[in-house]
Amino acid sequence: MTGGSTTGDDGSRPVAAAPAVPSAPAAAWPLWEVFVRSSRGLSHVHAGSLHAPDADMAVRNARDLYTRRNEGVSLWVVPASAIIASDPDSKGRFFESPQGKDYRHATYYTASEGVKHL
Amino acid sequence: MNSDSATRITPGNALRPEDIAAAGTRADPDVAAYALRLGDDALILAQRLGWWISRAPELEEDVALGNIALDLMGHARSFLTYAGSADGRSEDDLAYWRKETEFRSAHLVEQPNGDFARTIARQLAVSYYSFELYSALQRSADPTLAAIAAKAVKEVDYHRDHSAQWVLRLGLGTDESRRRMIRALDLTWPYVGELFDDDELVVSLDGSAVLPSSLKPAFDSGIAAVLRDAELELPAVQPAPGGGRQGRHSEHLGYLLAEMQVLAREHPGASW
Amino acid sequence: MSAGTVTGQEQFDALIAADARVEPRDWMPEGYRKTLVRQISQHAHSEIIGMQPEANWITRAPSLKRKAILMAKVQDEAGHGLYLYSAAETLGTPRDRMTADLIAGKARYSSIFNYPTLTWADMGAIGWLVDGAAICNQVPLCRASYGPYGRAMVRVCKEESFHQRQGFEILLELARGTEAQRTMAQDAVNRWYAPSLMMFGPPDDDSPNSRQSMEWNIKRFSNDELRSRFVGMIVEQVKVLGLTLPDPDIRFNEETGRWEHGELDWNEFREVLAGRGPCNSQRLARRREAHEDGAWVRDAAAAYAARLAARGNAAAGAVA
Repeated sequence: MTGGSTTGDDGSRPVAAAPAVPSAPAAAWPLWEVFVRSSRGLSHVHAGSLHAPDADMAVRNARDLYTRRNEGVSLWVVPASAIIASDPDSKGRFFESPQGKDYRHATYYTASEGVKHL
Repeated sequence: MNSDSATRITPGNALRPEDIAAAGTRADPDVAAYALRLGDDALILAQRLGWWISRAPELEEDVALGNIALDLMGHARSFLTYAGSADGRSEDDLAYWRKETEFRSAHLVEQPNGDFARTIARQLAVSYYSFELYSALQRSADPTLAAIAAKAVKEVDYHRDHSAQWVLRLGLGTDESRRRMIRALDLTWPYVGELFDDDELVVSLDGSAVLPSSLKPAFDSGIAAVLRDAELELPAVQPAPGGGRQGRHSEHLGYLLAEMQVLAREHPGASW
Repeated sequence: MSAGTVTGQEQFDALIAADARVEPRDWMPEGYRKTLVRQISQHAHSEIIGMQPEANWITRAPSLKRKAILMAKVQDEAGHGLYLYSAAETLGTPRDRMTADLIAGKARYSSIFNYPTLTWADMGAIGWLVDGAAICNQVPLCRASYGPYGRAMVRVCKEESFHQRQGFEILLELARGTEAQRTMAQDAVNRWYAPSLMMFGPPDDDSPNSRQSMEWNIKRFSNDELRSRFVGMIVEQVKVLGLTLPDPDIRFNEETGRWEHGELDWNEFREVLAGRGPCNSQRLARRREAHEDGAWVRDAAAAYAARLAARGNAAAGAVA
């Protein structure tokens, strides 16, 4: 005990002596990604991540960590390992095809400019 | 004005001690004495839990225990503000300037934090008790008590879940955690009985106060369910006599108050 | 432009040149990754160690309102540490490794937290000066080139503004209070002033990593620029408090357009950095103790999770 407070330390240190041979430390708690819906009508948006031993604790930790200021009305937690991401090296293959297909956007059609309700 | 948006502040749902002070309602002296008990329980437990912030087993748990302590501080401040309204004392007058024998907290909340299992055992008992208490107190004939209880009950419902989740994990986790959890229940349970003792005050406040003994059946079945899931048993321990409601406290309270009150008492009349 | 012909370095350089954001799965130079892991983890460690000097007063806060505010603030710091660890983890360094480095004394954190909190007024001075300096440092970091870091900082800065205000109000209340309270407030400002200026790091001509960090758009302003900006802010704010800064040499330099301050004791800075500050060993010991005392709890939860998973697999097996 290095702090000065008596509050937590008035004669009640751990009740049982630690085992002579400490058990091998379990694996670290896994990482979870947290998504918060800030208001009804909006999507869940990625807020960050946290560690938790299991799903039940992950969603509770997410509540405690990411909604301390009324930021949420609903939460998702997803094991970080379960997220399948697109490969950044395939950016060209994946995401450049729509470029040059301007005709998918309303702004492409200029002849009808000025016509009402169109 | 009932919006589901979490970003909007809805004062109706967020009763604050300042609102109670501003309302200017003066508590009846007996109601004030009752509110003092509720406020002291919450205050002493919040003081205990505040110690954990920066010392919890994992950082996420620092945040979780911090939220619980802050909820309890809110309950304490509301009840103490209302209790003080009977004779013109503020929440701080009551928290910082009463002597040990003038406190009305139960021995259970005065118990030391111990290890994490012991803190969880204390949380288990207090939050299951508080949930039943505030559930009933929402129907109090005293509108201020009912309003405080209506806000508090949702919060202690979450505290209940927090403690139950941890009892499950400590009870079924490792040999060491199970041994510590069993020991923690043994050390905690002697002080549980006092919470359910009726006395003249609560009997005389029929309709405004909740008769503690009436909460016992629901408490017992809630606790039994948690312990069953964690494959734990209710400890067979003798109850301690208690006496907190009459100002006879455990040995621990004096130290806690000395620390809590020291700075305020160095500066009589100062404002912070 | 076909992706196949562009190297990772070229893509990275183009992103930086365009002041765009680098995201976790992008190629990045090893030095950039290392610099970020070092900076973000140090920042996270600072939040976590930084809980201790203020937690020191939670149990003694002189009013219930102040106690609640202080609890919320120290709790926020745990939250900020977690946001930052989570940003650092996107660079491939797991949190338990960062924690291990911290408690082994191998990682750095902000030296300011190695000073003791001796009176209640220190809660005010920390909020006003230490959090104030931190905000000056952190606001530009919201635009750091590494996306997760910038996003974490946006969240941190949003929450941090309450921290500075509550500190200022603690001091204001003390400064307007009794003689003893006023003395306490001035003493705290005297003690925290110089260490808070040193939070911006060594002078520019003695800050070896700064230039590269600025070229990478991690850092946006130099140490001295930020320090001078901060001095300009507090020199006005202290007047509202009716207190003084313990530095007769503060002046505005018309030529450079910058605020200047008196000589700082960089020798002290280096001493504290080297582990010889007033509270270095106490702060580390406390963090180590919390971590070690919590090991059995973390193990229990992990064991329970493994049990759940095994049961889940068994159930799934039974269905199949």
